[in-house]
Amino acid sequence: MKSILLGTAALAITASVAFAGSHSVVRMGTEGAYPPYNFINDSGEVDGFERELGDELCARAELTCEWVTNEWDSIIPNLVSGNYDVIIAGMSITAERDEVIDFTQNYTQPDPSSYLALEGADVDFEGGVIAAQANTIEAAFIASSGATLVEFATPDETVAAVRNGEADAVLADDAYLRPIADENADLVLLDRQELIGGGVGMGLRESDTELKDKFNAAIQSMKDDGSLNALLAKWEIGPGF
Amino acid sequence: MFSFCADPASLGDLAWMACYLTTGKHMAIYTSVFTVLLLLAITAPTALAFGFIGASSARSHFPPLSWIGKAYIAVVRGVPDIAFFLFFVIALDQLFEWIRHEIKCPDWTDSIWQGNDFVVCDIAKLPLGNAPQWVHETYGFMLAVLTFAIVFGAFAANVLYGAMRAVPHNQLETAEAYGMSRRQVYWRILVPQMWVFALPGLSNLWMVLIKATPLLFLLGVEDIVYWARELGGAKTARFTDYPHGDWRMWYFLALLVFYLLFTRVSEIVLDKVMRKLTHGQATLAGEAQRKAA
Repeated sequence: MKSILLGTAALAITASVAFAGSHSVVRMGTEGAYPPYNFINDSGEVDGFERELGDELCARAELTCEWVTNEWDSIIPNLVSGNYDVIIAGMSITAERDEVIDFTQNYTQPDPSSYLALEGADVDFEGGVIAAQANTIEAAFIASSGATLVEFATPDETVAAVRNGEADAVLADDAYLRPIADENADLVLLDRQELIGGGVGMGLRESDTELKDKFNAAIQSMKDDGSLNALLAKWEIGPGF
Repeated sequence: MFSFCADPASLGDLAWMACYLTTGKHMAIYTSVFTVLLLLAITAPTALAFGFIGASSARSHFPPLSWIGKAYIAVVRGVPDIAFFLFFVIALDQLFEWIRHEIKCPDWTDSIWQGNDFVVCDIAKLPLGNAPQWVHETYGFMLAVLTFAIVFGAFAANVLYGAMRAVPHNQLETAEAYGMSRRQVYWRILVPQMWVFALPGLSNLWMVLIKATPLLFLLGVEDIVYWARELGGAKTARFTDYPHGDWRMWYFLALLVFYLLFTRVSEIVLDKVMRKLTHGQATLAGEAQRKAA
């Protein structure tokens, strides 16, 4: 036991001498299960709109970034306790979240949320059963709408719930549901959409204002030169700026 | 991986499957099998050591030590695993960081709690913010091992405590009559004989430990159940070369087979160990072995 303690102490001391300095590596936390925003590609790496955006923002802000995945449910607690520095996971800017963490300016327009249901299903928006991912703006919306909310930990499970009849429809970001509806003949997007949320931004610790300013400047520069619009169009995420 | 995998859409079923099962993503699930096995290999002896220390101190004749041992057994066994795993790991991590913070940054004037944020100076972070990802993963893994060891150590301590009391008292008295010291009685008579009483309980714990490994994901370690869910979920052609429907059933079926095989092998091995330990013991099974021989 003693040698273990000594060993860790020695390791810790040498390690901290070797590198010091704030944010020489910025750890980017994402979910990795919400295409086209973020997902794990065939070779097992984080990919998607936010991967490209994040890499570009880091290059512009001259930061070294590293990608980590974390479960959606505990994505905010792990940011606050310092396991990574940024949440970049298709997270809409809301007042509740803003009380706990800080957001950069939005890098997508408020994306309408759509309903996905089985072909020919008659969905009752006020009294039916609607699925949504837990801790999302869609889940909060349904909870206050009068319909029965069934929550799931991952977006994929919400769609599976519609398939097997557990829910009448699923409410999620349009950009997430559209490719699913396009490729599956048995699933359709309903005409009704909900306008909720204030666009997607990066989440940071409230005490981390320096990093927030850097990312805000980088996002602004991408908005100004049109490269953000090009990315939004490439990944088919809502309207541009 | 294979050279013919360049255009998966054009492949026949068998070749498609071969390519699909060897994508980088699938390599991750194969690696995670080893993560789980490694976790078990490290956790089991550590938990046993925790249990042994816990049980020994609970039996101690020195009251404060015995209180500590008994409190450890009672508290950890009483707290739900999931609460323990969710709360304890973040708390443990913050405790380590706070200790390092106090040592390394004595001049720090701000509070470490700023609103919701837990903020320590950069050089006190554990692992350091700029450490490579594998260091973070190893650290997370070690935290997981420690947490598992503390939880299962408490159960093991309870089992060992009971086993120590099950050793016939006259054996210990006889040893004392031969002039052995208390320490000698403990190490030469009590400990060798208690295992046969402890093994049924310990083997039970081992089985529970095998099945508890999916809790790893709560600790941020990507285990086989996480990957099975991720890989099995429906995939659309826009984001992968291998689109498929909801295949979670097949992945979970594979997990089922894996866990069943693993527990079956464990059972066989544990039976063998039990037969060995029973040999020559003053128990019913030991007596039966003696008569059969």
